[in-house]
Amino acid sequence: MDLILLAFTDYTLRTVIMGTALLGIVSGALGSFAVLRKQSLLGDAISHAALPGICLAFLVFMTKSPFLLFLGAVGAGWLGTIMMMLVTKHTRLKQDAILGIVLSVFFGFGLVLLTWIQRMPNASQSGLNTFLFGNASTLLVEDVTMMAVLGVIVLVILIAMWKEFKILSFDPDFAHVSGFRVTALDVTLTTLIVVAIVLGLQTVGVVLMSAMVIAPAAAARQWTDRLGLMVVVAAIIGAFSGVIGALISSSVPKLPTGPTIVLVVSAFVMGSLLFAPNRGLLWAAYHQYQNRKHLRAQTVLANLFSLAQNHDDPHYPHDIAALRAIGHAAFSQAMRQLESESMVLHHGEDLWGLTDKGIEKAQSVAKDIDS
Amino acid sequence: MSASSSGKGNIPAIEVRDLTVAYREKPVLWDIDVSIPQGVLLAVVGPNGAGKTTLIKAILGLIKPAAGQVRVLGKPYSRHNRMVGYVPQRGSVDWDFPTNALDVVLMGRYGHLGWFRRPGSRDVELAMAALEQVGMAEFAQRQINQLSGGQQQRVFLARALVQDAPIYLMDEPFVGVDAKTETAIVDLLKALREQGKTVVVVHHDLQTLTEYYDWALLLNVRKIALGPVSEVITEDNLKVAYGGRTAIGVL
Repeated sequence: MDLILLAFTDYTLRTVIMGTALLGIVSGALGSFAVLRKQSLLGDAISHAALPGICLAFLVFMTKSPFLLFLGAVGAGWLGTIMMMLVTKHTRLKQDAILGIVLSVFFGFGLVLLTWIQRMPNASQSGLNTFLFGNASTLLVEDVTMMAVLGVIVLVILIAMWKEFKILSFDPDFAHVSGFRVTALDVTLTTLIVVAIVLGLQTVGVVLMSAMVIAPAAAARQWTDRLGLMVVVAAIIGAFSGVIGALISSSVPKLPTGPTIVLVVSAFVMGSLLFAPNRGLLWAAYHQYQNRKHLRAQTVLANLFSLAQNHDDPHYPHDIAALRAIGHAAFSQAMRQLESESMVLHHGEDLWGLTDKGIEKAQSVAKDIDS
Repeated sequence: MSASSSGKGNIPAIEVRDLTVAYREKPVLWDIDVSIPQGVLLAVVGPNGAGKTTLIKAILGLIKPAAGQVRVLGKPYSRHNRMVGYVPQRGSVDWDFPTNALDVVLMGRYGHLGWFRRPGSRDVELAMAALEQVGMAEFAQRQINQLSGGQQQRVFLARALVQDAPIYLMDEPFVGVDAKTETAIVDLLKALREQGKTVVVVHHDLQTLTEYYDWALLLNVRKIALGPVSEVITEDNLKVAYGGRTAIGVL
């Protein structure tokens, strides 16, 4: 409660909340396209590849100006992406191997630079290592302003080129046949994804930023079958995860922001995988249970009906033992269900017979099986 | 819109010259010369690996050939984007993409809309009409992953219909569809031909060739024969296309 109150009054906290909400929205929205295009791992490679760019930008300009560091990160992330595309095109290496190589080469180089920078005899470099695991409390107003400006630009382009990005993601060949320049579209969308990733690096860190691209989209996909809604839901989940994670990490001393945010967004993913209607695991399990129950009841009904055919009276009650002989062990439950639907009548003891409604139903079941 | 105007009826719909396509040194198509006249309903036939899909993709500019040229209605393909409607193989996309049947058909209008413009009510009308034409109107709002294979194929056909192109290229539209859908698709192909359109279909079933098509292109890496079905599908030609291959396989 105090935290929520603080959020509206405390200047630093408000900056943090705005920053993390922004990064969540942008990475959630663009992440949806990365996930749908099966480029989830590309995000991981891009974020790791950005580290040497940040370090180089710092070494060249000797400043921690957010925009210059951003440019360095985008440049390196981009270079990594281009290298992946080139190697994919010109060698027989598989995509996952190439992603792994580019990721580790760039990240390794970044770590070397980072270690070197930290040994340098001047004080201005302190804090650059927050780019590893992220630290929301280092967000300044100028950082958030830049995130807001770039975030809005990214989202405006996304909305303006919505139709183009949709056809590119669903069927790139058809996009080509329809007269769109697929390579240009691909480069544009990938650039937007790079920018979305880089925007979150200071807060979430290069190591875990890809989770903010993949997880909100994966969670959102569970809840909707419409692209537009998926992007909106992913943006909302991203924003909430960012804000909640940042608030938790800033209220516990020395708790890095990135891992906290990632744990929060993972909870969203877990919840969505389990509880979402239609695609959720619980929903699927419940449906399977219902289907099985239904099938079992229908089998019992059909069996009762075929037994009654031996008598003139279709209502003729039979002993449960006779039904068991036909097969189907667990049917006291099925019997109770049929009774509740007034398909069968309990004639006392273990004797059960069909009602008129049950006969009608059994006949239609038999017809379904025949056809 | 219809470009099959009678004035340029003698320009071939599709002209392929000296086309060679290779994947890593191994030629998939070798020195293909094909001239498909306007207004025919043509089947591309040949054994597996004959390069049928590759030919379609090369005509569309989806694959860069090692050598050769493709002309569509007398012009290089790139300048003729809206001249060709395309039905890709059903398995070429992820049907779990979050969208519905109507939305997929609307994508057929994107080429006409060009960059940035969104589909409007006129486009929705056209898309609904196309869905109606393939008997899928009631499934317009259906999630595409909940459609059967035959229904997905029909959605792809409807998407090509709203492209309203003079030439259609279709890659195995009959794969995995039931008899009812097959009849519906054949009727559609014939209706397109009646409208004067040129329709090129990658086809697998030799039995139905004479019934469905008027022209055929027999292919096995090289062109074996092109012309009216009765002239192309001869025992000798089939032996060249299929028989030799089997003999090598047996050896």
